[in-house]
Amino acid sequence: MLGLSKKDTTFLFIVIGLTMLTPFLLQPFPEGTGLTTFNAGYPDLMQRIAIFGIFAIGFNILFGLTGYLSFGHAAFLGVGSYSTVWMYKLLGYNVLPGLLLAIVVSALFALLIGYVSLRRSGIYFSILTLAFAQMCYNLAYSVLTPLTNGETGLQVYSNDPQVLMGDGSPTSPHFFGIVMNESAKLNLGGWEFTFNNGYYFVAIIAILAFYVSLRIFRSPFGLMLRAIKTNQTRLNYTGVNSRPYTLAAFVISGMYAGLAGGLLASMDPLAGAERMQWTASGEVVLMVILGGAGTLLGPVLGAGFIKYFENIFSKINDQVLHQWFSWMPDGIENLLIGISHFFVGKSWHLTLGLLFMLVVIFLPGGLVEGGQRIAGAFRSRKSKDDGKHAPKAQPSAAE
Amino acid sequence: MDAIILQILNGLDKGSAYALIALGLTLIFGTLGVVNFAHGALFMIGAFCAVLLQRIMGLSYEQVDPEKTDFLGKPLVVKVPYVESWFGADFGAWLINWSVPLSILLAIPVMLLVGFIMERGLIKHFYKRPHADQILVTFGLAIVLQELIKYFFGANPIQTGAPTQFAGSMDFGAILGFDPNVIMYPYWRLVYFAFAAVVIFGVFAFLQFTTFGMVVRAGMADRETVGLLGINIDRRFTLMFGLAAAVAGVAGVMYTPILAPNYHMGMDFLVLSFVVVVVGGMGSLPGAVAAGFLLGILQSFASMNEIKSLIPGIDQVIIYLVAILILLTRPRGLLGRAGVMEE
Repeated sequence: MLGLSKKDTTFLFIVIGLTMLTPFLLQPFPEGTGLTTFNAGYPDLMQRIAIFGIFAIGFNILFGLTGYLSFGHAAFLGVGSYSTVWMYKLLGYNVLPGLLLAIVVSALFALLIGYVSLRRSGIYFSILTLAFAQMCYNLAYSVLTPLTNGETGLQVYSNDPQVLMGDGSPTSPHFFGIVMNESAKLNLGGWEFTFNNGYYFVAIIAILAFYVSLRIFRSPFGLMLRAIKTNQTRLNYTGVNSRPYTLAAFVISGMYAGLAGGLLASMDPLAGAERMQWTASGEVVLMVILGGAGTLLGPVLGAGFIKYFENIFSKINDQVLHQWFSWMPDGIENLLIGISHFFVGKSWHLTLGLLFMLVVIFLPGGLVEGGQRIAGAFRSRKSKDDGKHAPKAQPSAAE
Repeated sequence: MDAIILQILNGLDKGSAYALIALGLTLIFGTLGVVNFAHGALFMIGAFCAVLLQRIMGLSYEQVDPEKTDFLGKPLVVKVPYVESWFGADFGAWLINWSVPLSILLAIPVMLLVGFIMERGLIKHFYKRPHADQILVTFGLAIVLQELIKYFFGANPIQTGAPTQFAGSMDFGAILGFDPNVIMYPYWRLVYFAFAAVVIFGVFAFLQFTTFGMVVRAGMADRETVGLLGINIDRRFTLMFGLAAAVAGVAGVMYTPILAPNYHMGMDFLVLSFVVVVVGGMGSLPGAVAAGFLLGILQSFASMNEIKSLIPGIDQVIIYLVAILILLTRPRGLLGRAGVMEE
């Protein structure tokens, strides 16, 4: 179905189900308990997870599949945001033209940067993309102020043309009348679930993006990209010119990044240069590595994980810690708070850095590999109990 | 003419900082074959050694000064730094004033220790892994170090002054026969340049004229053969890592009067110094130094108003433009050796 094998179709439907039920899944604790801090079912965070999931899926096509480590992908994110906000300014708050322009412009950018950068491989490629991205960032901050509004960031003002705006049009981003930041709430027992238009809009796009990446992974083109990652020299000796394939992968991942940038602007109609900084490019690398580079679901998992912890961990302050540990004796309580204070609140980046190092050191395959290892351990124990020689576990659809 | 000399001088201190960081990066890369994204963080830790010493020197207790009274006639309570009460008022004041240069004494053991722990604890396990993994793990480490510094010292830049003797500017123009006040150059930047020159020559001399350096150079060329000769090359490489960390650290210490240390200065300098290393040629020490000074001076030329009005924004992108051009025309960089990192 949909041009996929049976296993992949099941996998896709599982992903669709999970995405659609996210407002429930991220809201496991009822209101009024001490654990509500861990609830993440609010629209802003859910949208962010989906958007950065798209970004990471695209980056994975370049890094996980083709093996090129780009340290400049945030540039495309920024370009996408800027083009979308420009469409708001010129045409009106409908997100569709903005997103289309974001994809087109970021594709052009990626074509240009990729054409130059892909002449080199390995660390030189990383440094070249880093240099290009820093250049874009610096230019967006300084000379391109007429286009980017410099440090202030680009936003929509009341005297902008907005030629397509009618009298009754919504005054915030919308998709043909469906206003992004409107949501329906459902009270159920102790829980309150939020269903946000913007989240579902982003989620549908994310599923499409996931489907496209699934198709790319299973296509001959994806196989070629894998071959490039495995041994490019050998491929070149067999007479294959790998440049068009790597360039295509670069442009596709750039388009994904541009789309994600445009969606960021659909959450909040403004764009700033800090989205293009190289540490932002580092973040998407973290997401892909954390989830598992080269796997299908890994990037989304990584993006969700990082965005979740960014929002939840940074919310935990001393007060919350006191609440948690208040049942302990005073000395131990203060000790525990003192230790955990390092890792939460404003310094949650420390946790992120440590986690990232641990993943790179011990679990190069990321969370997906971790899950497989755990599953594998269970499976082998079961087969021992049975006393049979169970066949080796087939790689799951997410391989 | 005077404008050109002024820009060259202006570029020197930035170029010195680039050259020093790039020197360490290249040293690590050339010896261990590791791409160290945490090197900027080492520079930052060095800078915060100066902050730390400044804080230690500033520790004081309150004392009633019998000779002074406030405007109500009550005896005045003054803060007396501990160093002044221990070592006498004059020497104590001198210590406080000279805390930045003195921080080098603190920074060298600290950086050697940090470098040693880093190499033995982390980098050692990454020699055989791909460069992407090395980049990623050291990038994670850089985040951790940066956050630790932010946790202990806060997010704001911390002013750390040079000794008062180096406060003013030197009238360079008068010496060279131009009009006075045309070429003014702050003394500390001169000190920084001289310091960088000494460190760079020191490292080169160490590698060139000592047996240890000879072995390390041999190890850079062919690690296995040196190991087969019965030399414990691993231990020497660990020491080289410590040395590179110490070079980055003292470079950070001395840079504090020019740029107030903040927690993200490491990342800022890291990107630039990687560009420097690539322009100079990966694995080439003279290349790193030459490219550092070249890019520093080019940057200061590009920030001249005449050039900025000719090509707007050039000051922001000149370094990256040069790097892109060099990488595309001379993939090995200016002075790079063949066969390094050319997968």
